[in-house]
Amino acid sequence: MRALRIERSLARFAAARVMPNHRPVPVRLADIDPPELPGPGWQLIRPLLSGICGSDLATVSGRSSRWFEPIVSFPFVPGHEVVGETEDGRRVVIEPVLHCRIRGVEPPCVACASGHTNHCERLTAGHLKPGLQTGYCRDTGGGWSLALAAHPLQLHDVPPEWTDEAAVMIEPTACAAHAALVPSPSEGMRAVVIGAGTMGLATIASLRRLRSDVESLIAVAKHPDQRVLARELGATVVVEPGELRRAVRRTTGSWILDNGQLTGGADVVYDCVGSAESLAEGLAVAAPGATVVVVGMPGHVGIDLTALWQREIRLVGAYAYGPEPAAGGRHSFELAAQVVEAARLDRLVSAAYPLDRFADAIDHAAHAGRRGAAKVVFDLRHEKRR
Amino acid sequence: MPRPGFVLEVDRSTPPILTWHGEGFRLEKLPAGRSRVIYAPEPLEPLGDPDEEIRQALLNPLDCDPLPTLLFPGMRLTIAFDDISLPLPPMRRPDNRQRALEAVLDLAAAAGVDDVVLICALALHRRMTEAELRHAVGDRVYDAFAPSGRLLQHDAEDPNALVHLGVTDQGEDVEINKRAAESDLLVYVNINLVAMDGGHKSVATGLASYRSLRHHHNVRTMRHSRSFMDQDHSELHSSNWRMGRLIAASGVRVFQIETTLNNDAFPSQMGFLQKREWEWTARDRATYLATTRSLALAPPRTARSIFQAIKAPHSMTSVHAGEVEAVHRATTAMVYRQQLVPVEGQTDIAVFGLPHLCPYNVNSIMNPILVMCMGLGYLFNLYRGKPIVREGGVAILSHPTPWAFNPVHHPSYIDFFEEVLADTTDPVEIEKNYEERFATDEWYRHLYRTGHAYHGVHPFYMWYWGAHALEHLARVIIVAGSPRAVRRLGFSPASTLQDALEMASDVVGRDPTISHLHCPPIMIADVE
Repeated sequence: MRALRIERSLARFAAARVMPNHRPVPVRLADIDPPELPGPGWQLIRPLLSGICGSDLATVSGRSSRWFEPIVSFPFVPGHEVVGETEDGRRVVIEPVLHCRIRGVEPPCVACASGHTNHCERLTAGHLKPGLQTGYCRDTGGGWSLALAAHPLQLHDVPPEWTDEAAVMIEPTACAAHAALVPSPSEGMRAVVIGAGTMGLATIASLRRLRSDVESLIAVAKHPDQRVLARELGATVVVEPGELRRAVRRTTGSWILDNGQLTGGADVVYDCVGSAESLAEGLAVAAPGATVVVVGMPGHVGIDLTALWQREIRLVGAYAYGPEPAAGGRHSFELAAQVVEAARLDRLVSAAYPLDRFADAIDHAAHAGRRGAAKVVFDLRHEKRR
Repeated sequence: MPRPGFVLEVDRSTPPILTWHGEGFRLEKLPAGRSRVIYAPEPLEPLGDPDEEIRQALLNPLDCDPLPTLLFPGMRLTIAFDDISLPLPPMRRPDNRQRALEAVLDLAAAAGVDDVVLICALALHRRMTEAELRHAVGDRVYDAFAPSGRLLQHDAEDPNALVHLGVTDQGEDVEINKRAAESDLLVYVNINLVAMDGGHKSVATGLASYRSLRHHHNVRTMRHSRSFMDQDHSELHSSNWRMGRLIAASGVRVFQIETTLNNDAFPSQMGFLQKREWEWTARDRATYLATTRSLALAPPRTARSIFQAIKAPHSMTSVHAGEVEAVHRATTAMVYRQQLVPVEGQTDIAVFGLPHLCPYNVNSIMNPILVMCMGLGYLFNLYRGKPIVREGGVAILSHPTPWAFNPVHHPSYIDFFEEVLADTTDPVEIEKNYEERFATDEWYRHLYRTGHAYHGVHPFYMWYWGAHALEHLARVIIVAGSPRAVRRLGFSPASTLQDALEMASDVVGRDPTISHLHCPPIMIADVE
């Protein structure tokens, strides 16, 4: 079968790192065998649509953190935002985390025992090769191909009336829903979302549909189409980068000191970019005692943490999904489905490419905002299957 | 004998016309046969001995007793004076204010008056720096009053320093500086650069609070001031006159001193700016070329510094003192004598080259909101009778319009630009939805009172200043401005004047008539 595959090649990753425009040097379109089923109950899934995520872009451009080295296994087929079909025709979305129960680790780790599989401590154990998710594991394959292997616990049925475009948005939206619910409830909450790519927009949508305590929501959007979507999805104020501090000042009634720092700020900040600049800006607009949630994958960044210390700001990550205590224990995927439907997030799917145009697809995804797009996907529905 | 203003009908032999473009100039060729250029009158002869003329005005005031008879030991005397927004460009020392203040203080000292306080009539403008105050009032006056805290800057947000004198028959609150209102005599020292300045506006605006100012600094008033250079047809002035009369009726005794300047606005090194292009000498042409080329190479900050350093050789052409209305009638006649240019009818398009300076960016940046205000607020309104451009016509402004602000002077402007104009450019909507929040913002209030910031509401007033033009015009185009900033203003960017004329043809047809207001020097088009 045809698949996009990444092999361990330091030379290729190094080359990708210096290439302009996210040239996907480590990615190759290959003809490979479908993955073998790792155990009983596992099924082959035929991907229909498979998204290109920010973490995928970091990987293919050689900019991913070395943190991941022990928890991925080469060669692997990327793609963890997947809507596909089982061999018996069920349409499903994949919950890609490869946790203890999927790996056959008994007894499961403490986190998995409590249901918080995104905190799994055994991502390298069990009968699977290392891999934090489907799309980073040699044994399971990934969504950028014509077939992947999935455990029954990973499958979520898609209602028949749903489009594939809506379904493929569930996984990223589940991440956003999980992030939205990280801070404790706080009436009159003033929130900031930095970044208006897919994760930023899905976070805005989730905040508006899963939390009733958000009073004002300031979104930072770089590109005109992003600004329109951010407002439509529920941002009360949408600003361009560089305008955030003053917007927060206006909303919160704080002052700006001579060096540009605010005397107050927002109660919660969602950094959906993950750069040094966005994190620094997030800390700069966070009020004393506020929470900064890192939604976008950050990698190696250097920032001044004085504000975090002096203002007792909480810096927390939000990774993947699980049962959400703030939503009565409902699973992030269930909440995401609710958000996708209510906010019509299928509209974020802006472009679809066949596998053999992977370079164009990745370039489009890397410059999605500038090109008026949000989510770019591979469309595998019309690929020849052999 | 200075020559009067002049309207040049452009023909094929007309040379390119100097057009101001911020901290620079452009030479623009206007279409022959349907364009005209309006030139200001040449500078009037200055007073031979301005200090003596001031003394005579104080001793022989209009409709009022001589100043020495109003001064007595033990009295409270307050002398208010215009702030840094006047004159433009700032004049060489000695400033008219210094001359008048020294004359009044000499008389006060001779009369044994000890309780004297000077107040800079800021209204909602920014506080002046020590250097700026020294330039305006002179070192002698500054050193005598500032160290002892007797040189104040009006604070429109200090509830303890304001007094509410009443409400006019039109329901307008009159609230002004308490020290000024409760003095035995309030002397106001003015510089009347344009016909809008002076009269009751000096005290009723310069020493007022936001509560009072909002009654005439609003969209309705501006739309009914046609123009505010013509007091008889200006609702801005009607309101100020009602307030001024109420101030007088409430017992505040005002002794008004008004001075006028000629329009000798630029030093001799830049003499070409005062001339008509066909009269440029070889030296003028060389100076023009050298100036424009060096400015083009200079970083914006350097170019700005060069222009902000210009001190105008303005000279005093008249001084009148006494009762406010009598004085102002004489002053206005003098301003008109210097600035009026008879102009026949309106044209489809008006071209305004915008200089580096307006009343609100002295020693600062001409930000995009001030560009709008300068073009549509000031230059558009430099008329008596009718605007030089017809209703439904097009205004073409020339200015770099950078997306740049001075955060010390204009903090609320930045928010106005980023938040308000991103939402709407409609003055009525802006006034309704945003003004109060900006006017009462604690941070802006703090910066206005303790720093050098314009009041939080000030950018709104700038926008209202152009409300009449926005209603009158079908389209506004800015030549060679930052496209992003120009679009945020709600206007259309054009690369060149020719492109702008092409764009304007969508509105006014292929062969529109064009007026180019060759300003500065300042003039008022007296449109029949």
